[in-house]
This record gives sequence, C-alpha cells and structure tokens, in this order.
Amino acid sequence: MKIAVCVKAVPDTEAKIAIADGKKNIDFNGVRFITSPYDEFAIEEALKLKEKLGGDTTVISMGGNECTDVLRDSLARGIDNAVHLNDADFAGLDTLSTAKVLAAAIKDGGYEIVFVGQQGVGGDNSQVPAMLAELLGFAQTTMVVKFECDGTTFKAEREIEGAHEFVEGTLPAVISAQKGLNEPRYPGIKGVMAARRKEIAVKDAGALGVKGQVGGDKLQVTIKEMALPPERPQGRKIEGDTDSAVSELVNLLRSEAHVL
Amino acid sequence: MSQGILVFVEERGGSLRKASLEALSEAGRRIGSVGGEVTAVLIGSAVKGLAGQLGKFGAAKVIVVENGALDKYSTEAFTQALSEAVKKTSPKYVFAAYTSMAKDFIPRVAARLDAPCVSDVMEFVVDGANLCPVRPMYSGKTFGTYEIKASLSFITLRPNVFALAEGSGDAAVEDLSVEFAAPKAKVTEVHASEGAKVELSEASIVVSGGRGIKGPENWPVLQSLCDALGAALGASRAVVDSGWIDHQFQVGQTGKTVSPQLYIACGISGAIQHLAGMSSSKVIVAINKDPEAPIFKHATYGIVGDVLEVVPKLTEAVRKLREHN
Ligand SMILES: Cc1cc2nc3c(=O)[nH]c(=O)nc-3n(C[C@H](O)[C@H](O)[C@H](O)COP(=O)(O)OP(=O)(O)OC[C@H]3O[C@@H](n4cnc5c(N)ncnc54)[C@H](O)[C@@H]3O)c2cc1C
Ligand SMILES: Nc1ncnc2c1ncn2[C@@H]1O[C@H](COP(=O)(O)O)[C@@H](O)[C@H]1O
Repeated sequence: MKIAVCVKAVPDTEAKIAIADGKKNIDFNGVRFITSPYDEFAIEEALKLKEKLGGDTTVISMGGNECTDVLRDSLARGIDNAVHLNDADFAGLDTLSTAKVLAAAIKDGGYEIVFVGQQGVGGDNSQVPAMLAELLGFAQTTMVVKFECDGTTFKAEREIEGAHEFVEGTLPAVISAQKGLNEPRYPGIKGVMAARRKEIAVKDAGALGVKGQVGGDKLQVTIKEMALPPERPQGRKIEGDTDSAVSELVNLLRSEAHVL
Repeated sequence: MSQGILVFVEERGGSLRKASLEALSEAGRRIGSVGGEVTAVLIGSAVKGLAGQLGKFGAAKVIVVENGALDKYSTEAFTQALSEAVKKTSPKYVFAAYTSMAKDFIPRVAARLDAPCVSDVMEFVVDGANLCPVRPMYSGKTFGTYEIKASLSFITLRPNVFALAEGSGDAAVEDLSVEFAAPKAKVTEVHASEGAKVELSEASIVVSGGRGIKGPENWPVLQSLCDALGAALGASRAVVDSGWIDHQFQVGQTGKTVSPQLYIACGISGAIQHLAGMSSSKVIVAINKDPEAPIFKHATYGIVGDVLEVVPKLTEAVRKLREHN
C-alpha cells in the first residue's frame, strides 16, 4: 500500500512573532520551524498503517529551506521517502494553490491514502485537506480521532460539536488528523542517524507540471496588511478578601461589563 | 461583475445553528456594499420547514436542497448540493459559519469551483464593492487583512463574533433538485458526546479549568459554576493530557477556539497556546493564586486566590443574583 503524508513546516508555537517591514508577513528572522503539531499525528498514523498492512510511506512538504529539517524529522521517525516541493513560485501561496501543488505531487504516484493534519498551525486555515481530496477525486474524512483501514475500505470517527460522527468509506482517501488520533513516536538516535543519509527528492514547478499555474499574477488571495491584535484594555485586579473580591467581581460583570 | 452573497445555513438535529444565523446577519449588513442580494441555502433531508424564519435574519431568498440522500452527512453530497446552489445564484461571496461541518466541506466546494477560501474571519474591511476579511493568525499573535482578487470566493465566519440581526423580512423559498451520486464516504452514525451540557464553541459563557484545580475530583466545583451561569465547561491542555478530562473540552491552539461574552479561567497560567483559543473573548476573568501568572495580562478582571475557595463563593453569588432577577 502506498501512503503519503503531507507535512507543513511552521514557526515554533513558542516563537515570538513580530511583523516584518512592509506589514505583509511576519518577520521570519530567527524563527525556528517545526513540523505542524497535527502533522505529527498524520505521520504516526501513516507509520501505524504501514506496520499493519505493509507498503511504502512518503512524506511531502511544500515550502523553502525550512522544510528540510521537518522532512528529516519525518524520515527519522521511520517514513521511507521524502519529497520537497520547492520553487520561488510557491512563496506566499493561498490554500487552493497549495493544494494544487500537493495534488500535482500526489496524483500519479499510485497513493491509496494521504494523511494530513487537520490544520496547519500558524496559518490556521484548515482547508488544504478537503481541497486536496477534491482535486484528487478522493474520499475524505477530516478531524479524525480514530481510524481503521483494511486496505480497501476505512472506518473513521470524527469529532464535531457535541458529538462524534462515524464515517465509512472506500479508498483512495485523504484523512486529516485531529489531536487524540494517536500518540506520536519521537525519533530515536538510530532513526536520526539513518535519516541523515537518506536522500530528499526535490521537485520544482516545472517538474510538477504547475509552472505558470500558481503564484505570481495567479495569486488570488494575498495579505494586504498584517497587524498586531487589537489591544485589550488594561485589566483590573480585584483586591481584598475572597468574599468582598467575589462580590465586587459580580458587580463589575453586571454593571460595568454587562455580561451577567 | 458577480454580485450577491450566498449563505450556507447549517441544520443539526432539526434546528438551525446560531452561528449560521450570525453569518446570515453579517451578510445582510454587508450586502449594501457588495451589491445584489442575500440568498440563504439549506441542505438536508428535512429542512424546508426551517426556511420561513430566514427572512428575519436578512435573506431575500432561500434555496432549499431537500433529499433523502442527505439524511446523514456526507462531504461529497453536501459539496454537490452547495456547488449547484452556487452555480444557480453566481454570488460574489459564499459565507458559512466556521464549524466542523464547514471545515469539512466548504473548502471542497471552493476547490471544485476553482475559487479561493478564507477561514475563521472575525471582521471585514470594506474596499469599494470588495470585502477584505480580517482573521487571526499565529495563535492570535497577529491579525491579517486579506485581499481577494477572485470573482467568487468562500468565507467562513467565527461563531459568536458577529451580531444576530433579527428583523421582519420575508424570504422567497425556492427548491433546487440535485441528483446525488453515491458518496465514497458517508456518516453512518452520530453519537452525542457525554458530559457536554452546553456546546463549547458556541457558548456565550465559558468556565475553564487548568492544573490549578488540583485534580479531576474537583470538576464538580467548576460544573456548579457552569450550571449557575448556563456556561460551557472548558479545559487547558495540561489537564487534558493528564487525563482529567476528554479532549473535546480543550481550549487553545490544539483544541477549540471560543469567543464567548465571558471567559472565566480557573487555575490556568495563560500560556500562548491557551490564549490562542480564547483571547477573542469579550470579557476575561482570571482566578489564579499566582499574582504573576501571565493570564492576568489578558484578563479584564482578575482575582488572586485559590480557585477551590473562590469558585464556590462565585457560584453562590451568581445563584443569588439569578434568584433576584
Ligand atoms: C504545540 C503546542 C500546542 C499546545 N496547545 C494547547 C492548547 O490547545 N490549549 C492549552 O491550554 N495549552 C496548550 N499547550 C500547552 C500550554 O503550553 C500549557 O502547557 C498549558 O496551557 C498549561 O496548562 P495550565 O495553565 O492548566 O497549567 P500550568 O501552566 O501548570 O498552570 C497552572 C496554573 O494554576 C495556578 N494554580 C495552581 N494552584 C492553584 C490554586 N489552588 N488556585 C488557583 N490557581 C492555582 C498556577 O499558579 C498556574 O498559573 C500547547 C503546547 C504546545 C507546545
Ligand atoms: N506547504 C505545505 N506542505 C505540505 N503539506 C501542507 C502544506 N500546507 C498545508 N499542508 C497540509 O494540510 C494540512 C492543513 O493545512 P491548512 O489547510 O493550511 O491548515 C497541514 O496539516 C498539512 O498536512
């Protein structure tokens, strides 16, 4: 069974975020990149499925140099192959164009299942999984917390507001991972050493057949301005013993904040 | 030039999602700049009866796709239904509430129609007839204002952020029949979660507990406050990871995003990943025994003290207040 995993390199969630000159993006200077947290669940599920059914796993990441370490991290966890989709045209792509590039890398590879994260942390779009499934013509289930697959069909459980949905479908499929799906393994020393020697295949827009189709004047969505969040008014600490603090709080919530 | 806004209105268990009505209300407020009219679309196996009330929230027209094949949710069937409704109305924008259903199929419709999508929008800046959506990024550490060049685009709106506008309009109801192909994946069953009395992502008050509550045996202390306030219970990741409560309650970057009127953080330090899920709350109350806890920098009101002492008194005070009103 051929299994693909798409991982996104994202700024470390602890990173201090500053806005770059020109206010079109954040300042990436000194920012450390990590595998987007949900993608760790996607990697783990791919490894588990290979352990169960056999086959071959490939990790795919689109972006600049920041992808290299992230791809190596996936290899170190046990993924077999890595593909880096890198081209100047891929900078600042919107979600649909990102999905088009990923789909181009996946479509002729004979993959039966594609694991993705339910959301790329930072951009927080939660769109690429469903777009990718559509472009590939695959079944999909997003935000999956339980997954079973026999090689032809799958069963998945997804978390929705106040309930769980149970889905059944047939492969090929795109499955997006929600927290809770599994406990990701961390790379051991041996894995890290082996990953260093592995080759990362690099593909550009030409090789993927998307030259002139994404980026540049094809960009449909751009960031006009990036700004700091609206400032919250200075808060107030309520002093005094518990009884009086609580009664003052209730008064403020009622008469000042009008929320009670 | 395409005109008009089409709003997908979500039905669950026979009623309409409040967040969808908020999206519809916002479309009504923006239609003047965009031009054209607001059309709502209802998709399901028994939704026609709900169409009548949509005029009040700003719909000039309601398209109903009603079919037995839509009895249980399937991404593909909903994608097909909404795509047909878009083709029929040729709107400039398609709005939907940012719910787990919308996350699942709205981007699929966008890809089918080769249109871009912007999710989790909290505000709009108007530029002529164009809407520039504003949304949080990087855990709410920045806000991006987007420019969309496409003649059709999809926008999902964060629940609890846009006001409901209840007027007195009447909408014309129109059926749209769609031939559904058998889906490759389909929901077979839906199980209501145990424990959650009020849905977190749409609650107007949320009371969340972190490691400061000491142990899972103390959830009843917070639940009593929830009951007194009609609030939903939330949690930090630390307590979810410790197995004190299920992940469905987690608020934050790897949990749910909430924007209630009132968020009460009990024994939560205020890590950036937690703030990512709740910093757009209107009023934030922090109860923490450490006066230096970062949460106080974001709180509207803070009480320095032991949660297990403060919360029961707060519950009492709220009960008294509610009895008097
Ligand atoms: C990739 C990533 C994603 C993450 N996603 C999330 C997420 O979605 N949501 C989330 O919440 N976190 C998330 N985290 C974790 C986050 O960084 C924090 O570790 C977590 O929020 C801390 O939870 P806490 O505030 O309950 O615990 P702590 O940080 O341990 O804080 C406990 C607080 O309780 C106070 N306290 C202790 N005893 C009492 C008492 N008796 N009375 C009053 N106060 C008391 C302490 O002063 C302290 O401030 C994520 C982390 C990473 C790396
Ligand atoms: N540049 C990228 N390279 C590889 N995978 C990506 C990329 N962007 C998004 N994805 C995948 O799509 C998921 C959801 O991303 P998003 O829609 O951006 O929130 C991520 O968790 C990844 O699995």
